Amino acid sequence: MKIIVAIKQVPMRDSPLHPGASGKWIDEADLSFEINEPDAYALEEALQLKEKHGGEVVVLCAGPERASQTIREALAKGADRAIHIETDALVSFDILGVAKLLAAAVTPEKPDLILTGLQSDDLGAGQTGVVMAELLGVPHSTIIMQVEVRDSSIHVKRELENGWFQHIEIPMPAVLAMQSGSNKLRYATLMGIKKAKSKEIRRVTPEELGGTSPAVAIIEKVYLPQKSKQTQIFEGDAKTAAAQLVEKLKFEARVL
Amino acid sequence: MSILVVLEQQSGQWHRMSWETLAAAQQLGEPVEAAVVGKGISALANEAASKKLTKVWAVEHELLDAYTADGYAAALEQLIRKTQPKVVLFPHTYQVRDFAPKLATRFSQVLLSDVIAAHVDAGTLTLVRQFFQGKLSGDVRVSGAGPVFASLQAGAWRADTLESGSAAVEVFAPTLDAAQIRQKPEAPFREAARAVDLTAAEIIVSVGRGIGEQSNLPVVEDLAQAFGAELAASRPICDAGWLPMERQVGSSGQTVAPKLYVAVGISGAIQHLVGMKGAKTIVAINKDSSAPIFEVADYGIVGDLFEVAPALAAEVRKAKGV
Repeated sequence: MKIIVAIKQVPMRDSPLHPGASGKWIDEADLSFEINEPDAYALEEALQLKEKHGGEVVVLCAGPERASQTIREALAKGADRAIHIETDALVSFDILGVAKLLAAAVTPEKPDLILTGLQSDDLGAGQTGVVMAELLGVPHSTIIMQVEVRDSSIHVKRELENGWFQHIEIPMPAVLAMQSGSNKLRYATLMGIKKAKSKEIRRVTPEELGGTSPAVAIIEKVYLPQKSKQTQIFEGDAKTAAAQLVEKLKFEARVL
Repeated sequence: MSILVVLEQQSGQWHRMSWETLAAAQQLGEPVEAAVVGKGISALANEAASKKLTKVWAVEHELLDAYTADGYAAALEQLIRKTQPKVVLFPHTYQVRDFAPKLATRFSQVLLSDVIAAHVDAGTLTLVRQFFQGKLSGDVRVSGAGPVFASLQAGAWRADTLESGSAAVEVFAPTLDAAQIRQKPEAPFREAARAVDLTAAEIIVSVGRGIGEQSNLPVVEDLAQAFGAELAASRPICDAGWLPMERQVGSSGQTVAPKLYVAVGISGAIQHLVGMKGAKTIVAINKDSSAPIFEVADYGIVGDLFEVAPALAAEVRKAKGV
């Protein structure tokens, strides 16, 4: 089977974040980037499905030149080849715009399955996979924990709220948005890293994919959140801070 | 500004966030209409009609008995084309995340998901979303011809501000064909009975990614013991198998409201916050002063949990005289 995994490169977890000069997005200078964590789980699921059923895993990523590092890492983990939609303007597209580009790149590949992470750690919209499925005219399901392939369909375990789950049968081709944490992520081996160097990364531009539509959802400004509560922060060494906190818990909050 | 609120029910039970969304709509503008989707939902539609609304649409069909993304998107597309609201609001539930982006795409629109606030200025609607798991907020505006689609974050609006009234109920029967519904859902299930009921705990000490490794857990176990607290965790800890799933707090775990919640090494992603922000007193211990957990915390210590947790355990024992 042929599986496409759509991945995104995002700033590393715990990066210091500040609004940039335009005020419309963060200042990306001095940041390090990594694969969006939910997408890493989608890649892992794809690699495991290939190990069970054979076939090909193709990585699909839209982003600037620096995203090629994240793509290489996915190839080193075992993906067979990659398509890089190279653009510096990713932030100026909205989800529909990005999904149109991804769908245009997917169409000629005729995959059996398209996997992506449930949401991105940066925008956090959690919609790219669902919108892509609608544009491609294929069924989808989201918050997927497990995938079992049966003839021409897949049997998936979907997470519901409050500790409930559900199995769903879906015909292929289909798009699945994968939940984090259901597999153990693999590391790239030395051999994998070596092999990745000779694997194909096909670069395409948004124009070559037929362009995309102007954004309908526009971020006007980003800013540090306003606090909903007045937090008392205790300073000093651990012992002093802990003693002040216990004092407050006992006499102010009265919870001890 | 006409608003359609899509309420959520499952097997005849309301999702509590439905009322928060309806309360938000009442504050944003009028007229407000609501839709209930399913099969055999007239009792629910009548209940919704006791709120301050213009109309309740009972979107009834045999094929809407069990939720499917294809069925819900098709049915609501037809209702929206008929009623042409300016704004369509949903509670930001797991179910809405599954179908609402698809629905918005059919109107060449983008769903604004997990919205925390909304403002109307001179007829222009601005919605506030969070980015980077709550580390930044952003104002987002929607252009284009279709309605504005938005899903609202749990707890961002209060259901107790909901106004009562008396609305008409109208049945809307969408045209659906079994062949267009490609997802075949089975009955929901739970993995195992829960042995730990965190909702009954008065004090909870909860641990997150900051703990680093499973072998470090005794640091927080000792703190929990000092407080006489139940030990809980954020999702990554349970995913890794370091603590059982039944100790998970958050949207996919338990929702708790103890009198004291001590978050240790938890950054405070919204999926965790919705499960614990009802706690009476919240303490956060984290090395990152910009972690979103500090936004809901009453008290905080910015520092290395491996120094702070043992010091705090010692001070708690001292205060309790043990």
